[in-house]
Amino acid sequence: MLKEKYKDEIDSILSRYPVKRSALIPLLYLAQQDEGYVSEAAMKEIAQILRLTPPQVYETATFYTMLNLKRVGKFHLQICKSLMCALVGSDTVIGWVKTKLGIGPGETTADGLFTLTAVECLAACGTAPMMQVNEDYYERLTEEKFDRILADLKKDGTCSLKTGPFMWPEPAPAKPGA
Amino acid sequence: MSKHEPVLLKNMLQPGYTGSLADYEKTGGYQALRKVVGKVPPTDVTGTVMKSGLRGRGGAGFPTGVKWGFLPKDYQGPRYLCCNADESEPGTFKDRQLIERDPHQILEGILLACYAIGAESAYIYIRGEFVLGAKILEAAIAEARTAGYIGTNILSTGITANVWVHRGAGAYICGEETALLESLEGKRGLPRVKPPFPATHGLYNKPTVVNNVETLANLPHIISRGPEWFASIGSPPKSTGTRIFCVSGHVKRPGNYEVPMGVTFRELIYEEAGGMRSNKPIKAFIPGGASAPFLTPDSLDVKLDFESVAAAGSMLGSGGVTVMEEGTDMVWAALRLMEFFYHESCGKCSPCREGSSWLVQTMRRIVAKRGRMEDLETLVDLCKNIAGRTVCAFGDAEISPIMSTLKHWRPEYVKMIHEAEAANLIHPKRIMAQP
Ligand SMILES: Cc1cc2nc3c(=O)[nH]c(=O)nc-3n(C[C@H](O)[C@H](O)[C@H](O)COP(=O)(O)O)c2cc1C
Ligand code: SF4
Ligand code: FES
Repeated sequence: MLKEKYKDEIDSILSRYPVKRSALIPLLYLAQQDEGYVSEAAMKEIAQILRLTPPQVYETATFYTMLNLKRVGKFHLQICKSLMCALVGSDTVIGWVKTKLGIGPGETTADGLFTLTAVECLAACGTAPMMQVNEDYYERLTEEKFDRILADLKKDGTCSLKTGPFMWPEPAPAKPGA
Repeated sequence: MSKHEPVLLKNMLQPGYTGSLADYEKTGGYQALRKVVGKVPPTDVTGTVMKSGLRGRGGAGFPTGVKWGFLPKDYQGPRYLCCNADESEPGTFKDRQLIERDPHQILEGILLACYAIGAESAYIYIRGEFVLGAKILEAAIAEARTAGYIGTNILSTGITANVWVHRGAGAYICGEETALLESLEGKRGLPRVKPPFPATHGLYNKPTVVNNVETLANLPHIISRGPEWFASIGSPPKSTGTRIFCVSGHVKRPGNYEVPMGVTFRELIYEEAGGMRSNKPIKAFIPGGASAPFLTPDSLDVKLDFESVAAAGSMLGSGGVTVMEEGTDMVWAALRLMEFFYHESCGKCSPCREGSSWLVQTMRRIVAKRGRMEDLETLVDLCKNIAGRTVCAFGDAEISPIMSTLKHWRPEYVKMIHEAEAANLIHPKRIMAQP
């Protein structure tokens, strides 16, 4: 039950809004963080917390692409396929996933590790091609980089090639000792 | 190195600048807030912003001070400010950089706007994918709260200003201001019919201002350096200040470049972004995000300001400039954007919902070499029946790629269809159907 497990977090979310329903998406995120997807049981509980009907919760939950109503793989590869990325090779990246992991958009590997989704622009068009894996961005992908990301994810669950605070072109490096 | 003096990117261009509160204060941060809060009447702050000529950087370019002035003067209840950090127009990636590298610049702008319009609560609606950005903003808000810039008694003036981060969950349309408000209320992100406008009936039906991240980030500079200074930059009187242009596509150095409004596309593409990656000439460019009609190299000397780009038949929009080299398939490019719009139509009104589906199917047929000459008329007919007949401006935006590529590169469509017809002559079904 979310209510017992995340009491403080839920209270803090509710305190930000004068109208309870505004807490709906934040609570759906909390449920997704807990179980990996938004389950029907969670939606019913959230309805209760916010004094909404379950259909009201369902109506909102089904509108947004980032709320997963089904389980996804441990690593959710989201490759941007919009025009700016496509101009510099995002279709090739989707091809790499096919040859290296054997899955196409919308599919999950048999071991449940990777799910591929082709998504629309993620605001990284100047550092394309790019993908988001769970919460992290990986940009300016090359095949070598891509291989390393997959290997690191399998081995460590994360990869140091992810983007930090974004700036492109990169700023001048700080002078040593400055 | 750019020969133009940066304003918004100035701090982050300093080597070692981290965007922390200490770093921000060292460069004069929060001085604008200290200068006005509790000292200058809020209406004077609005007046200063009006005088500066600042126009919204989110897409529509509406004068910011004028928008604030629409809020009812004598209204007693709460008012709200929403910072639009949804940044999902394909080709745009400037707000992400402002958020992740200099969050306090935005917070100071938000606080100044709150003061001017009398809002005690501000929500930063940030697209769900910006997980890092949301964390950075949360941390910056906590720092500013501890330092007394945010909270119930800011700078010991008795004034309340709270700022909250609210994450979206993956829907382009939530960048449209009324869809943003619906989404913030926990509903599906369906745009509202306007009027009434958010200025009178916004969040929770209360007077509300929605402003873009970059718009708000300009405010501390306008207050500190004065409206005359701001109005002298760019292409006065109508397009003042700098803008961060996001250059993508086939250029050597894609990225964010801040230049005064009014420089030419040629300068932005060839000097700032280093020219074309393979020395092939430019075939086409999009001047202001996916919603802006494509232009040809004939327009390279057009100035990057609201009026000049509109006169050239497109729009400055979100500042996303996408460059395509000779050899790019323009029908394919239009289809890619059409697929985006088809995916993102919220479905509220039928011309957009049904039209986008029909347009994408027709385009796919043409690109798959199964098109017919009548398809071109169908495309134009569909587009004309969407434009101006929808609840929100998405309808006008979604027809831009097709209408503009048909205008400039119609022979490419025709060639594809001729190839289809030639192939169909020997198509087995076609042969069987012959009498
Ligand atoms: C379909 C659509 C999408 C939009 N997306 C964004 C967006 O991602 N970010 C943004 O700031 N404005 C976006 N806008 C513009 C907003 O509706 C609104 O005009 C803007 O946030 C106002 O802020 P400004 O006056 O500071 O520009 C969008 C508009 C439309 C019609
Ligand atoms: S124009 Fe499209 S996106 Fe806008 S309200 Fe209508 S269906 Fe929704
Ligand atoms: S087009 Fe791929 S990130 Fe913008």
